[in-house]
Amino acid sequence: MSFVLSEDQQMLRDTAMAFARDEMPVSHLRELRDGGANGVDAEMRGKLAELGFFGVLVPEEYDGVGLGMVAMGQIMEAQGRTIAATPLLQTAVMGASALILGGSEAQKAEWLPKIASGEATVALAVDEGTHHAPLNIATEAERNGQGYTLNGAKRYVPDGHHADVFIIAARTFGEAGQAHGISLFLVPNNADGLSVNALNTVDSHGAAHLTLEDVAVGEDSVLGAVDAGWEVLEPTLDRGRIALAAEALGSAQAAFDMTLEYMQTRKQFGQLIGSFQSLQHRAAKMFTDLELTRSCIAAALSGVDENRNDMAELASLAKARASDLIHLVSNETVQFHGGIGMTDAHDSGLYMKRARVQEALLGGGSYHRDRYAKLNGF
Amino acid sequence: MAFDAPEDLEEFRTNVQNWLEENCPPSMRTPMKDDEIVWGGTREAFKNPDSKVWLERMGENGWTAPEWPAEYGGGGLNKAQARILQQELRRIKARPALFSFGLWMFGPALLEFGNDEQKKRFIPDIVKGKTRWCQGYSEPGAGSDLADLQTKCEDKGDHWLINGQKVWTSYADQADWIFCLVRTDKSVKHEGISFLVFDMQTEGVEARPIKLISGSSPFCETFFTDVKVPKDQLVGKLNGGWTIAKRLLQFERSSISAGGFGGTGGSGILPPQDYAKQHVGVDETGRVADGDLRARITDHLMYAKAFGLTVQRSTEEAKAGQEVGHTASIMKYAAAKMNQDKCELLVEALGTDGLGWSGDGFAEDAKKATRGWLRSKGNSIEGGTSEINLNVVAKRVLGLREHQ
Repeated sequence: MSFVLSEDQQMLRDTAMAFARDEMPVSHLRELRDGGANGVDAEMRGKLAELGFFGVLVPEEYDGVGLGMVAMGQIMEAQGRTIAATPLLQTAVMGASALILGGSEAQKAEWLPKIASGEATVALAVDEGTHHAPLNIATEAERNGQGYTLNGAKRYVPDGHHADVFIIAARTFGEAGQAHGISLFLVPNNADGLSVNALNTVDSHGAAHLTLEDVAVGEDSVLGAVDAGWEVLEPTLDRGRIALAAEALGSAQAAFDMTLEYMQTRKQFGQLIGSFQSLQHRAAKMFTDLELTRSCIAAALSGVDENRNDMAELASLAKARASDLIHLVSNETVQFHGGIGMTDAHDSGLYMKRARVQEALLGGGSYHRDRYAKLNGF
Repeated sequence: MAFDAPEDLEEFRTNVQNWLEENCPPSMRTPMKDDEIVWGGTREAFKNPDSKVWLERMGENGWTAPEWPAEYGGGGLNKAQARILQQELRRIKARPALFSFGLWMFGPALLEFGNDEQKKRFIPDIVKGKTRWCQGYSEPGAGSDLADLQTKCEDKGDHWLINGQKVWTSYADQADWIFCLVRTDKSVKHEGISFLVFDMQTEGVEARPIKLISGSSPFCETFFTDVKVPKDQLVGKLNGGWTIAKRLLQFERSSISAGGFGGTGGSGILPPQDYAKQHVGVDETGRVADGDLRARITDHLMYAKAFGLTVQRSTEEAKAGQEVGHTASIMKYAAAKMNQDKCELLVEALGTDGLGWSGDGFAEDAKKATRGWLRSKGNSIEGGTSEINLNVVAKRVLGLREHQ
């Protein structure tokens, strides 16, 4: 495991941090929200593509830069700092990972260059209930002569409202709860029978519910082996969880920095509120949690690049701790700011709203604690 | 020096391997038993005779303090060599040859602040484990506010005269020498403190063990009545003791967070999830039946994993020459929380089996867990309370100001 960035990774981190600060500050999310964009921002997508951010995981032979997860994590952390709405998690992390891990040569050749160039956005659609439960897939994919017919529904799919292509997890065998029998399908957004219902979400990033009614896809749209989609899906989800944890870490750090600055400027009773011990100790504890969580995320990111065999454990560790961290820090950010923290004009609330989405997506603290316990045999 | 340390690292590793093969007794490659820990000093009984041989051989090489200068009896190794030595010791599962406040706390401070004569006089016996040291810091009226200490030290021309009392002096009744903070100027607070060392056999020194809630007595009250100390046993400048004291506390806190905590339970205690399976039971899938307890155990295990990864990260960052102040300063607080949570979970998972005190009605490991749980309550008090450590983080790391 490596905790120190290479020169390339450090350079990418610096670029990403500067880009987030200058080009997509929180005020930009505010503008998107107030303009009704629902988190969709074609211009920003173009800029991110120009920087090569969509191709960080994509190998060079498919027009990417193949820098790996540690590098990707730096970008995710940077976008977390300003709670920016980008398609990176779905497209550059999970979409790219699913194709790299399970795609056929033809699928890779078709989609990976488009991902790397920012031309296509991808959305992995797994969950069907209100809580992350990737084994509970009931959407059916029925064999029909030339291919498959898909029927079912997906809930709260991030970037679902503007994805060009979906990766739909559906069941070709068995029943909800079983890993065997899950298969993955590439489904374009204009497929007959697919309806996309855009959602106005609390974090202003948007998402979509999907309904699939007799959606017909060809044999060549199966991603990975039939019935064995879980072998691609689980590591793909783990990469997404780690990347999302890195994003949440960035948000937590930014919210904490903002709070710390307020403690050093706001006066009450003729004193800086940062001189009050009850606040100092809470800040010091948050800082401790930040540092401990940072180590877990660094370990998980580099674990992917090193192909470690304890990735499930490291991913759950990172996502559970990051979820708990952003929950705590976002709440304390509002509380430390007092009345101003309750106003829409202040950024505290935006961090808290995005925090809950970061927690819920791909499993929160309790989901990943439970998974960690299972992995450890109790 | 008994060991020739070649510059070439691969050669060095081979030599270390050969030396360990020849010199580390087989029983020293088995897990440490609680009653076989060697603290050294003139009262050391060496319950396992092999531990004496092991200490002598390691001490001869200076390998109890691998990176200390060879001229004072240390190993004289550079960082890379010391790392290899550690890897090789770990590989053969060698027990630490010596546990010692001299090694962890006093020695590093003396190397930094002592004069050459003092280093020559004290460091070699620390390395070889011949002298056992104790720490005279806290007083009945000076705990968290340590700088308020009142133990009086008067300049009597040819000697210092000490009168006063220390408390929470770890193993003072077992120690040969003490490093001690004394007041040499009453008119100022921090600038009136000096750092002295003296022999615990000196007339007028008395150490009385304090019995703790756990039943054990690792700490003493130590009384000084007209104790005469030679003038050359002042370390650093007169009234310059606070700087040394603070530096030494850093060594103490980092040795505590590196795993030197009292109350971890010791050998033979199982992880909490194993006790939970045995005593709470399992569901049809073999998992701990009580979901709430299972979640809290998991939360603790994750915290412990995060702590371990953070120790690893700060080591790597230090190696890469990055600023590590951030991670180091939070570790004492985090280590205390982690250990106390673990001890609470052990007792909870054991149920009434975790509520025994003595006798055959309770298993040895369970009784150890119970005593360890009680002992662990000191983790957030000793070496700076958790509250004081949070103050330090707020002030030095986060840059928050003090209340005016």
